[in-house]
Amino acid sequence: MARKFTIEEFFETLKKYNVEELEGVRIEGDLEIEIEPGSGIDANLINAVAMLSNYMQLIQEFGNFLYHANMALSYLQRLSSALGIQMPLVVQPQVQPAVEVKPEKIPEFKIPEKLISAKFEPYKVEYPGKIEEVTLGATRADGGTRETTVTIGGEKSLAFYTFDAMNEYMPAIAIDVFDRKPMLAKAVREHYQDVLEDPAEWAKKAVKEFNADLVTIHLISTDPMLEDTPASEAVKVIEDILQAVKVPLIIGGSGNKEKDPEVLEKAAEVTEGERVMLASATLDMDWERIGNAAKNHGHVILSWTQMDINNQKTLNRYLLKRVGIDRNSLVMDPTTAALGYGLDYAYTNMERIRISGLKGDTDLNFPMSSGTTNAWGAREAWMIDSPIEGDTPWGPRELRGPIWEIVTGMTLALAGVDLFMMMHPGAVAVLKEWMGMLQGIVKESIENVDDWITMEV
Amino acid sequence: MKVKSPLEVYKFLPQTNCGECGFDTCMSFAAQIIDRSVKPTDCPPLVENAKKDKKFEKKLNELISLTSPEILEVEIGVGDNAIKIGGEDVLHRHELTFFNPTAFFFDVYDTMDEEQIHERCSKVVEYRKFYVGDFITLEGIAVRCTSNDPEKFRSVVKKVSEYGKPMVLISMNPECMRAALEEVADQKPLIYAATEKNWKEFLQLALEFKVPVTVRSKDLTILKSLAKTFRENGVRDIVLDPVTEPIGDGLRGTFERVIQLRRTAILGEDKDVAYPIMITPISAWLIEGDEITKGYWETVLASTFIVKYADVMIFKNLEQYTVMPSVILRYNIYTDPRTPVQVEPGLREINNPSPDDPVFVTTNFALTYYTVESDLTSGNIKCWLLVLDTEGLGVEVSVAGGQFTAAKVKDLIKETGIEKKVNHRYLTIPGLAARLQGAIEDETGWTVLVGPMDSGRIKGWLEQQWPPEKKE
Repeated sequence: MARKFTIEEFFETLKKYNVEELEGVRIEGDLEIEIEPGSGIDANLINAVAMLSNYMQLIQEFGNFLYHANMALSYLQRLSSALGIQMPLVVQPQVQPAVEVKPEKIPEFKIPEKLISAKFEPYKVEYPGKIEEVTLGATRADGGTRETTVTIGGEKSLAFYTFDAMNEYMPAIAIDVFDRKPMLAKAVREHYQDVLEDPAEWAKKAVKEFNADLVTIHLISTDPMLEDTPASEAVKVIEDILQAVKVPLIIGGSGNKEKDPEVLEKAAEVTEGERVMLASATLDMDWERIGNAAKNHGHVILSWTQMDINNQKTLNRYLLKRVGIDRNSLVMDPTTAALGYGLDYAYTNMERIRISGLKGDTDLNFPMSSGTTNAWGAREAWMIDSPIEGDTPWGPRELRGPIWEIVTGMTLALAGVDLFMMMHPGAVAVLKEWMGMLQGIVKESIENVDDWITMEV
Repeated sequence: MKVKSPLEVYKFLPQTNCGECGFDTCMSFAAQIIDRSVKPTDCPPLVENAKKDKKFEKKLNELISLTSPEILEVEIGVGDNAIKIGGEDVLHRHELTFFNPTAFFFDVYDTMDEEQIHERCSKVVEYRKFYVGDFITLEGIAVRCTSNDPEKFRSVVKKVSEYGKPMVLISMNPECMRAALEEVADQKPLIYAATEKNWKEFLQLALEFKVPVTVRSKDLTILKSLAKTFRENGVRDIVLDPVTEPIGDGLRGTFERVIQLRRTAILGEDKDVAYPIMITPISAWLIEGDEITKGYWETVLASTFIVKYADVMIFKNLEQYTVMPSVILRYNIYTDPRTPVQVEPGLREINNPSPDDPVFVTTNFALTYYTVESDLTSGNIKCWLLVLDTEGLGVEVSVAGGQFTAAKVKDLIKETGIEKKVNHRYLTIPGLAARLQGAIEDETGWTVLVGPMDSGRIKGWLEQQWPPEKKE
C-alpha cells in the first residue's frame, strides 16, 4: 500500500502480533527503501526494513497455497489479509444526530403532484447470424483420452447480452505451459517456481490448483534461435502432458516461420484423435501445411492474424476453401495487445469481427481466442515503479500485475473473446468469477445496494 | 446526430464561403460539423442573422437540433476544471468515436477526519500518470453526507470546494443538500440523487440552484419517469443512475440496465433516456472482504462500465492498482479510432547529444515513441533517436508484419544524415526487434547492438554496453 509508516507504528504492529524476533528473512533484490537524510539510522530501522521485506514475501507465499478455493473473492481476501497485517485501524467516527434546520425564504417553483408516468420499452436487437460452435478435446467415446471437453462459440448476441439471446457456452480459460523456462514477470513466476522445469507437473498444477479449463503447451524450445529441438524430440513432452492432465490441449510452436509447420505437423500426428487446437496458422507461414495437419488428424486450427479484419477474412477463407477445414474446427486469434499498449486496436478489431459474424459474414463467424498473457508485457504490470519523473508512485507491483491481466481479459471478453490463454492464477480466478456473474451462473447478490451512500468507510 | 452527410448540413449554411469560421468553404465547415469538430454556432454569420431575424433563428435552432449528439452533454463544475460528460453518438467506437471520457470522482465523507479529507483531496488534485506524451489527471471529488447533519455537510462541502475540482454532492436528504448548495451551487456540482421518494424536493433544488441532477432507480420505467418529469418541469442537465449492484445476478442486472438504456436512447431514439449514465464502482465496498478484495472488485466494476457506456463514476480506492488500470482503460476506449496515433518519422536529438553518443532506433507508433523518448529524456541519456515509419505500429507487431525492415532502417539512416553527425557506426535496436540484427548489419554496414526489451531499462543497459568494445 502506498501508505507511509513510521518506525514506531511498525513496532506497534509487531507488538500487536507478538512478534519479537524475525527469522529467515530474505530481502528481495528489487525491494527499494528510501531513507531520508537526518532520520537517524539505527538498529530499529534495520529491523523495520526486514519486516517490510518479509511482508513482500508474505504476499507471494499466500498466493502459493490459496488457489484451492475457486472463489476469486476469497482468494483476494486472503491475499490481502497478508497485507492487512500492517494496516492501521480505521477509527470509526461518531454518528451525529440530524439537526432540524429551518429553511429561509425559498423561491417558488411549480412542482407537480405526481411523476409523469413513462414506460421504458427496451429497443430489441436480433442478429441473423450465429457464431460456429467448436469443441476442443475428445473423450474415449470419440476416439480420444480426455475426461472433459470444452465447447466455445454458438453466440447469437454480443458477449453477455443475455437479454437479447442466451449464449449457451461460457468463455473458457487455458493456462500457458512452456517446454523450457520462459522469461516471466516475477509476480507470475513465483506461482510456477516449483514446476518450471517440468511441463507435465506444470500442466497438472494449472488444472488442479488454478482451475484451467484447458492447457496450452508452447513448444518454444524448437526455436532455431534457442535450443532448436527437433520436432520429433519436442513433441514427446505432449505425451507426458496428455498423461498428466485430462483436459483438452492447445499446442503452440515457437513462432518461427520455417520451423513451426514441421513442429505442428508432428504434434498433430502424435495427438491423433485428441482433437487438440494447433496454434497457429498465419499468412506468412505455410498455413496450408499446418491446416492440412489439423484436417488430416481431426484437430482444430487457430487462425492468427495481426489486428487486421481483412487479413483475418483472407486467412479464414484460405483455410476453409483451399485446405477444406470444417467450419466447426476453426478458431480465430485476431491478436491481443495489452491494456495501455494497443488494447484499443485489439478491442475494436475483435468487436468489429464479432459484429460482422453476427450480421451474417460467414468468413468471420468463428469463436475468438486471446493471448491475454501479453498483458504482462506492459511495464505497469511488472516494473518496480515508474521510470517517469513526475508520475504518482505506482504502488506494489504484486497488485498491479494481476489486475493488468484481468482488465485486458475483461475488455476483450466484452468484445467477444471465447477462449483466453492466461497465466496468473489470481487473474484466472477473477475473470472466471466475473464472467460467471454476467452469464447468470454466479447468482448470489447483495441486498442493500444503497448502503455505500452513507457508509462510514 | 440525426444528419449523416455534409450536404444535409450545407443546406442550412449561408453558402457564401466567407471564411469567417476559419474554413475556406461552407462545405468544408459542414464536413467539420459532421465530424463534430465544430458546432453550428461557430459560423458567425449564422449567429448574427439569428439575432436579427426570427426566421434565421428558427433555422439555426433546427440545425442545432439536427446536429446535436444523441446523448445529452452535461457540464459539471465551472472554469478551467469544468468537465463534460455524455454527448455520445454511437454504441461502438469504430462507428465514429466516443467523445467525453468517463469522469472519475473519488469520495470523501463529512464524518471523515479533516486530515484524511485533506489527504484524499490532495491525492486527487496531484494525481499524474504519464501516457502517450502527456499526464493523465483525475476529474473530481464526491462528497457523501454520512452525518445526516446539514451544517456538518455544508462545512465539509465548502472545505472540499476549495480544492477547485468539480464535485458530486451525495445525500438523499434534501435538507442536507440544500445546505451544501447554498455554499457551492455557483460551482455547478452534480447533485445525487433524486429518487421515487425525494424527487419533489430535489426537483425544487435543481430548479432553484440551477445545478445538474442525478435521478436514481433500479426500475427503468421509474427512472425514465423521473427524467421526463424533471425535463418537462425545466431541468435540462440530468444524469441517470440505474443503480450499480456489485456482484452476482445483481451485476448481471446492472449490465443489462446500462446497455438497454444506452441502446434504447441511440437506436430506439428514446429522448427521455438520452442522458449520461452514472455507475458507482464504490458499491464494491459493500461486498464481503478486506480492502484489497474491494479495491480489486472496484476495478472490475469500473472496467466493465468504462467499456460499456458509463459517463461518470464514483470511486473509493485511490491506490494505484485501482486508479492506473482504470485511467488507462478509459484513455484507450475513448481514443479516437479515426486518427492514427503516429508521430513524424526522422531523427530526434535527445539531451544535446555529441558525436560520441549512442544511436537508437524506434517506431513511429505514438505510444512507443513517447515511452522511449520520455525514458531517455528523464533518464538524462544523451543520444540520437531514429524514428522509423512503421505505419504507426509498435515494435513487435511491425517486426512480425513487415513494417520494420532492414531496408527501411537503411533508408532512414540515409535520409537523416546521421552518418555525418556521429563518429561511430553502432546502432542499437529494440530488444523486441532482435531477430533483425543480422539483416540490418548486412544492409547498413553498421554494427547492430540489441537493446533491452523495455526502454525503461536502457539506462542500466548503457552502463554495461556503452561505449562498446571495439571489434578487432
